[in-house]
Amino acid sequence: MANLISLDSIKPVARAETMREALESGGCSSASCGSSDGPADMDPAVWAKVKDHPCYSEEAHHYFARMHVAVAPACNIQCNYCNRKYDCANESRPGVVSEKLTPEQAMRKVIAVANEVPQLSVLGIAGPGDACYDWRKTKATFDQIAQQIPDIKLCLSTNGLALPEHVDEIARMNIDHVTITINMIDPEIGAKIYPWIFHNHRRYEGVEASQILHERQMLGLEMLAARNILVKVNSVMIPGVNDQHLLEVNRVVKAKGAFLHNIMPLISDPAHGTHYGLTGQRGPRALELKALQDRLADGTKLMRHCRQCRADAVGLLGEDRGQEFNLDLLPEEVAYDPSKRDAYREIVAVELGEHQTHKKGAEAGLAAVDAAPAVLVAIATKGGGRINQHFGHASEFQVFEASPEGISFVGHRKVDQYCQGGWGEDATLEGMIAALEGIDVVLCAKIGDCPKDSLAAAGIAVSDAWPHAWIESGIAAWYLATYRAELRLSA
Amino acid sequence: MAYKIVASQCTVCGACEFECPNVAIRMKGEMYLIDPKKCTECADQFDTPQCAAVCPVPKTCIPA
Repeated sequence: MANLISLDSIKPVARAETMREALESGGCSSASCGSSDGPADMDPAVWAKVKDHPCYSEEAHHYFARMHVAVAPACNIQCNYCNRKYDCANESRPGVVSEKLTPEQAMRKVIAVANEVPQLSVLGIAGPGDACYDWRKTKATFDQIAQQIPDIKLCLSTNGLALPEHVDEIARMNIDHVTITINMIDPEIGAKIYPWIFHNHRRYEGVEASQILHERQMLGLEMLAARNILVKVNSVMIPGVNDQHLLEVNRVVKAKGAFLHNIMPLISDPAHGTHYGLTGQRGPRALELKALQDRLADGTKLMRHCRQCRADAVGLLGEDRGQEFNLDLLPEEVAYDPSKRDAYREIVAVELGEHQTHKKGAEAGLAAVDAAPAVLVAIATKGGGRINQHFGHASEFQVFEASPEGISFVGHRKVDQYCQGGWGEDATLEGMIAALEGIDVVLCAKIGDCPKDSLAAAGIAVSDAWPHAWIESGIAAWYLATYRAELRLSA
Repeated sequence: MAYKIVASQCTVCGACEFECPNVAIRMKGEMYLIDPKKCTECADQFDTPQCAAVCPVPKTCIPA
């Protein structure tokens, strides 16, 4: 059974050393060796599975891209956060219906993307609908694509109800990543989330429905873990319904072999027409989400970089190039050309080495500061692990916590882009400042004077002094400049 | 004795086609249609018509 591994432990800096040690000591081929959660007990085979997967590795999400194809639209349960007239609000943001594809159309799209987006490493089937329930289409799609692009990683997302009957086939098809959405382990709470399920040719409602769903989810999770398939558990945090309960869910899924636990905020808006949206159920605020993540027994064993991407998203996390690859824009015949993806992989290998060196240097610098606070730093980045985006062009910020203990990634904040065609909008700036609640400083490649003053008035520092620096180097430079100076003043 | 699909509400997810024990549902153009000659309303097969039981939108698979 795979251990639940912390995201920190799957960063290569720790990994390279521990992997070498493991190899020198004769190695260990079992995922269950070692005590619990440290990098030391991460099997090199597991590392190989996560190192290029942007959803499973925080490190990889700076460099590698995923794409989703919406080939499996049928679903066997109803969730109160989902309106099936739009995309599923859980695995994809609602509001715009994805382009539904046949397996053949999906293959054309994947090949076109692989030829144009060298970062592509993962293909996922994640709704709308359920990849395990609508299995024939999921399987046909994966089979065709695996033949054409053998090195692409396959993953799927499911509510778990129809999962157990497909686990053996999932293993045979080399799908090494499965996401199960588990919002409860108590059917009484489940009854407030799932109005009905369809199982064994009939519809079940209420507590009975959630009891069956719960049993199938646990069985599926255990069966996957027993086959060393990495399982990510997604949980939708619904304030007042399951927020406290997720502590218990975390404990149980971890014990049953989940690799990562991803707590996602409920997306709820009356305009989406979901039950929760129409009944005024609110989603959590960014700080409430972080507070829950911090309370979970081992905070770092959470995925904090999830962007709740659309079911037909294409690109790095936080970026969606899906519209560029709509079917009507694609040629009828496309042939796979691996050259761009291969070249990109070589560059990433070099970049990653350099990034790790700078990261280590940055953390060593911070460790030299005594008695300084932990701060939240928001970074404007286009990817690649660098501070490389103009403040006004950011549609999200990556958030890091920095203290003398080190620098860790804690999440992201989505904002409306401030700068449209060279002009900043004051109303957008207000929304941005609200989205940056609790942030101490923003680091970006460039920022104008006006937004800088507004941020300062809201108590948020901002700096563009380190454009294109590695994120950790920029954070360390700002931190040292700020707190060394303060220490000198107070001395 | 047959069911029909209310096209204006259908999300075209295909769950009904998947569940129909009589292969009475197929895609025609952009929509799913129930063939009234093949539909039995699942009588003698299941307690309730399968298309209506799995359909995510209320009152969309209904008696014709």
